[in-house]
Amino acid sequence: MRESVPARLRRGAATSMPFDRDILLRDLRRVAYIADVQLATAITLMETLERPLLVEGEAGVGKTEVAKAVAEVTGRRLIRLQCYEGLDVNAAVYEWNYQRQLLAIKISEGENLTASEREENIFQEQYLLRRPLLEAIQVEEPCVLLIDEIDSADEEFEAYLLEVLSDYQITIPELGTLSARSIPLVFLTSNRTRELSDALRRRCLYHYVDYPSEEREIEIVSARLPGLSRRLAVQVAGFVQALRKEDLRKRPGIAETLDWAAALAGLDVADIADDPEAVLGTLMCLLKTREDRDAMRPDVVARLTAKVA
Amino acid sequence: MASLLEIPGARPAERPTVADRLPGFLRVLREDGFSPGIAETIDASRVLAAAPVDDIRALREGWKALVSGEAGQWRRFDRLFDAYWLGKGGKRSGTAVRSSGRGRGAIGRPGLPDMLLRAADGGEAGGGGQGGGASPAERIAEVDLRHIADPEELEKAHAIAAGLAKRMKRRLGRRRRQARRGRSLDLRRVIHRSIQHGGVPFDLVYRKRRPRPWKLVVFLDVSGSMNLYSSVFMRFVHGIVEHFKEAEAFVFHTRLVHVAGVMREADPLVAMERLSVMASGWSGGTRIGEALATFNRHYAARMLGSRSMVLILSDGFDTAPPELLAGELARIKRRAKRLIWLNPLIGWRDYEPRAAGMAAALPLIDKFLPAHNLKSLMNLETYLAKP
Repeated sequence: MRESVPARLRRGAATSMPFDRDILLRDLRRVAYIADVQLATAITLMETLERPLLVEGEAGVGKTEVAKAVAEVTGRRLIRLQCYEGLDVNAAVYEWNYQRQLLAIKISEGENLTASEREENIFQEQYLLRRPLLEAIQVEEPCVLLIDEIDSADEEFEAYLLEVLSDYQITIPELGTLSARSIPLVFLTSNRTRELSDALRRRCLYHYVDYPSEEREIEIVSARLPGLSRRLAVQVAGFVQALRKEDLRKRPGIAETLDWAAALAGLDVADIADDPEAVLGTLMCLLKTREDRDAMRPDVVARLTAKVA
Repeated sequence: MASLLEIPGARPAERPTVADRLPGFLRVLREDGFSPGIAETIDASRVLAAAPVDDIRALREGWKALVSGEAGQWRRFDRLFDAYWLGKGGKRSGTAVRSSGRGRGAIGRPGLPDMLLRAADGGEAGGGGQGGGASPAERIAEVDLRHIADPEELEKAHAIAAGLAKRMKRRLGRRRRQARRGRSLDLRRVIHRSIQHGGVPFDLVYRKRRPRPWKLVVFLDVSGSMNLYSSVFMRFVHGIVEHFKEAEAFVFHTRLVHVAGVMREADPLVAMERLSVMASGWSGGTRIGEALATFNRHYAARMLGSRSMVLILSDGFDTAPPELLAGELARIKRRAKRLIWLNPLIGWRDYEPRAAGMAAALPLIDKFLPAHNLKSLMNLETYLAKP
């Protein structure tokens, strides 16, 4: 079982996590992240229970944005590890700076050193390249660590990650064990392309981000694009909500809604009913597959527009 | 807001505290497929301790975040919370299937177990064919699966299938490791060795690539025409799901059902029972194309990554237009690396894929293989081993 982390490591001089979920909600809203109470509670529990938060949901609903928003709210640095298939310890944790090491060996050629002394010299922290995971636990001020798309990495990496997230220390054969100088707030996101291990799921708090309700989506659009007229925000949200109910290969997420709203605003559209051509022309912001775009014939678009006009 | 402690009939002094009732709640969750461990149990109490008094919402939210591990559990939590703490919602559903809640069919209809365990009438039990010299296992392997009706024989068939799956997996791993030797340099070791040469990397050390196994997605046709083979194939698929870590399994007839979750049940009989619940109420002609369309729409994106192989076990009799099948197979091909179709009819001597659906599908399939006896299933191993 995991031992509790020493108290001095838990919080730094930087802003501590607000424990009140309502305050957190308000703070997140100030940085234009519209969260629900459930998410706010989960985030406040991250520090109380010393657990990472696993965020799952459809593409484009704002899973990655949670970590960014929390970093902004707390004033902490955001360190991001983007996972991909084949991600290994060298890319995620550390790697030796081979070029510098070779140079150092060459330079010390003249000196009278034994082989083992040479070896000790070149395996020092100054030759260590710190990748996100190591960096995140070695910074003095606690940061926010975002491990994005953990489902893209393989099981072995997941197991390794679990170890790191339990003990907050990393072992480097030539150097020894490096303990954490601070404990980060850890967010993991997953697109559910593969099943994550039970151990990881148990270790993490969990939050599922669904597509927002219409009111929430209007709020998000208004918050993120403050210059947008209320009328257009309502229409955009309504249109996308209706669009999601259609039989699509790939339903648009909130990111797509925001792109579309920005595109319409850029084209000076005040009312989507007035400018069907602009709507058709900007549909590629919402529909990313050829099939979906072909399926959205003008009459279908007109029908959806009529719903929100 | 209703208090969490309203237990009808209990006198005030006897009313248990929330803390007292918490273990019961965790038990309820476990029965429904959640898996809170010791640490989670402790943390659940910490959440209780940290929550403001009588703030039911805080407890709901806190426990939901703590105990849920995936989307299905996330969605089920509120109902369970309400039922246990607020007395809403009446009885919980009886069977707690460990999948995401899909597929709760009507209980009590004559379903798969009957179909499965009573194979062809008049089929000879036991080995028919190969005589002396061959071991019982070998003889079983050669018998056309249509003739295996004896439950004991089915067990043996299952064991063979499971063993095959195990061997496949091991062999796959080994083959890959040996094949990839010499691909990339292990720089750290190179540096270590170069020290004695003044930094010149004379000795090169190579890094062995990690073996990357196939992710199998299996589709099993359980329609009437496949009935004779279903039992053994079902056990085979069960063996695969058990032994391949990320395997997915579906059955289809008139529609598609995701069965991997149920199949992970170690006891095959329990798994079959649960399957009968899920597959009950089907009638009509097989619709392969539609089943695959459902898969493509709802599951393909997250199940077919790189290194994925799709296995379809079906005789190809389809009541839907052949273009549908061809179209859906094309879609699958776009995502999956390999598509293998196992057809029991190929074992019959004069079989040619004349059924329109099968003929349309042929050009899209990487390997079209017989599947009429266990030996043919074993031959799968060869094809799976190729990178």
